[in-house]
Amino acid sequence: MADMTHTPPADIDLYRSRALKIGGVGLLACAIGFVVDRDHFFRSWLIAYLLFLAIALGSMGLMMIQHLSGGAWGVFRRIFEASSRTLPLLAVLFLPVVLGMHSLYPWTHPDHVAEDEILRHKAAYLNVGFFLVRALIYFAGWILITWTLTKWSRQQDEGDMSVNIRLQYLSGGGLVFYTFAATFAAIDWIMSINPHWYSTLFGFLFVGGHGLAALAFTIIVSTYLAQHEPMSGVLKPHHFQDLGKLSLAFVMLWAYFNFSQYLLVYAANLVEEVPYFIARTSHGWQYVALLLVVFHFAVPFFLLLSRDNKRNPYRLVWIAVALLVMRYIDLFMLVTPEFASTGENLHLLTGEHASSLFVHWTDLAAPLAIGGVWSWMFLTQLAQRPVMAVSDPYLREALESSGGH
Amino acid sequence: MADVMAHTDSSPALHGLMAEFETPTALVSAAERARLAGYRHMDAYSPIPIEELNEALGLRRTRLPMLVLLGGIVGGMSGYALEYWSQTMAYPLNIGGRPFHSWPHFIPVTFETTVLGAALSAFVGMWALNKLPMPYHPVFNVPAFVRASRDRFFLCIETTDPRFDRHATAQFLQSLHPVGVTEVAQ
Repeated sequence: MADMTHTPPADIDLYRSRALKIGGVGLLACAIGFVVDRDHFFRSWLIAYLLFLAIALGSMGLMMIQHLSGGAWGVFRRIFEASSRTLPLLAVLFLPVVLGMHSLYPWTHPDHVAEDEILRHKAAYLNVGFFLVRALIYFAGWILITWTLTKWSRQQDEGDMSVNIRLQYLSGGGLVFYTFAATFAAIDWIMSINPHWYSTLFGFLFVGGHGLAALAFTIIVSTYLAQHEPMSGVLKPHHFQDLGKLSLAFVMLWAYFNFSQYLLVYAANLVEEVPYFIARTSHGWQYVALLLVVFHFAVPFFLLLSRDNKRNPYRLVWIAVALLVMRYIDLFMLVTPEFASTGENLHLLTGEHASSLFVHWTDLAAPLAIGGVWSWMFLTQLAQRPVMAVSDPYLREALESSGGH
Repeated sequence: MADVMAHTDSSPALHGLMAEFETPTALVSAAERARLAGYRHMDAYSPIPIEELNEALGLRRTRLPMLVLLGGIVGGMSGYALEYWSQTMAYPLNIGGRPFHSWPHFIPVTFETTVLGAALSAFVGMWALNKLPMPYHPVFNVPAFVRASRDRFFLCIETTDPRFDRHATAQFLQSLHPVGVTEVAQ
């Protein structure tokens, strides 16, 4: 370890400006979408937003688990920190969702609620004021936790070991808050698009998606860092194997939660629950469902079983990219079948309606816009600190150990 | 028996020559140098797992993962087949008007038997590939070997190795700076 300062690689600025350019083009396209096809723009924005929120929140969760567990994966802590420090930007990027509430959520229409007995009963929870207050609480909590943890981590870098125990206490409580807040956020932001439908597993599915997105993203960033000083001498095949193993676990978790949800609905066969799956297994959506089963579960599952695939970052990184794409398609599948191809929420239309498979051009513009701006923010955060938490009490173990975990 | 007769003039038949080391690093580098010197029939003994040893000894990768995969596939298919046979052929029951072949209901059992098949093949396969149970092994003839489960690291080059020569191999092991080199009786 010749370079003890662990300054981030020099070409990070190049990627920052590229990300900002892509984000700018995407934002411009989104602005056009907002003007010409507002309903589609809001739907696309929500989906893309949820993908990058998943990376940030998942990184925050992994960061807290790392503080609690210690161990060899501390070498990734700075990636988790930089990624979760994008949360203030994500709070700002949430504003279009607030603006688009009337397009996205049927329960925001008073006349619609008045006609619907179930929605009248749900109005105590599903109303605009409480929705906004809840969103405020989620973001305030997440940002406060992230800012405090990363501040203490910075003090640890400077040799203040008194923060070690505080990092653990806050991480314990923070994980509880994060999981509860994310569960309610999943209900507010996705489930209430179809306000009659409910699933108790939905929050766990949402949080599990965060873990997988964050791990895939960490693999991509680590592969980049491993090619440059100072991390090229630090990141070893066994570090990538650890990320690969965790990704495999989250791929299985995703399949397990999704199948459990499907099996319970199939077994109960209740009129409130089955329309959700009928919508997603007919009118063309069944092909997307099949795509998810094959490429969100079966293929990555078998690829990640192989030890060689996990230890070779150049193979693992392609699995990670594919997993992020599948995360986007999974979120697309959660949201889009509840909308007509004209962009309106199906549950606002009178009479019987079914959604047929469709993709709109804003579904490409929104991920570019949010992805570009978000990546710029992430790289800015990553460049501000040493890329390795040099005073992590477990770091020596992380650098030496090569097995036994 | 002819082999034994050849050695009766000096000592009993040999299993191999064993060198004792104080650190895992010394053991790994010794194994590496022995492999580079052309030795293949050798084994290392350590109180802790050392991942680098596999490569240093030039061991081929274990076939156990493939066995576990096969066990899992066989287990899963048998579980599904059992459900299919019992629910559609042997004793079909109409449950809430669902088809007899309601595959989502079969998945939990399929999953469980997959795990069972994989776990059983891992357990049995591990014993079989390690040739366990093995009530006798010559390395225990070396008195110092008791420390192999505590704080010492051993490398044993076996007589079955084509390059094994009682004197040359002993000299070679001495050149690795061990704590000591011992002959291991058969």
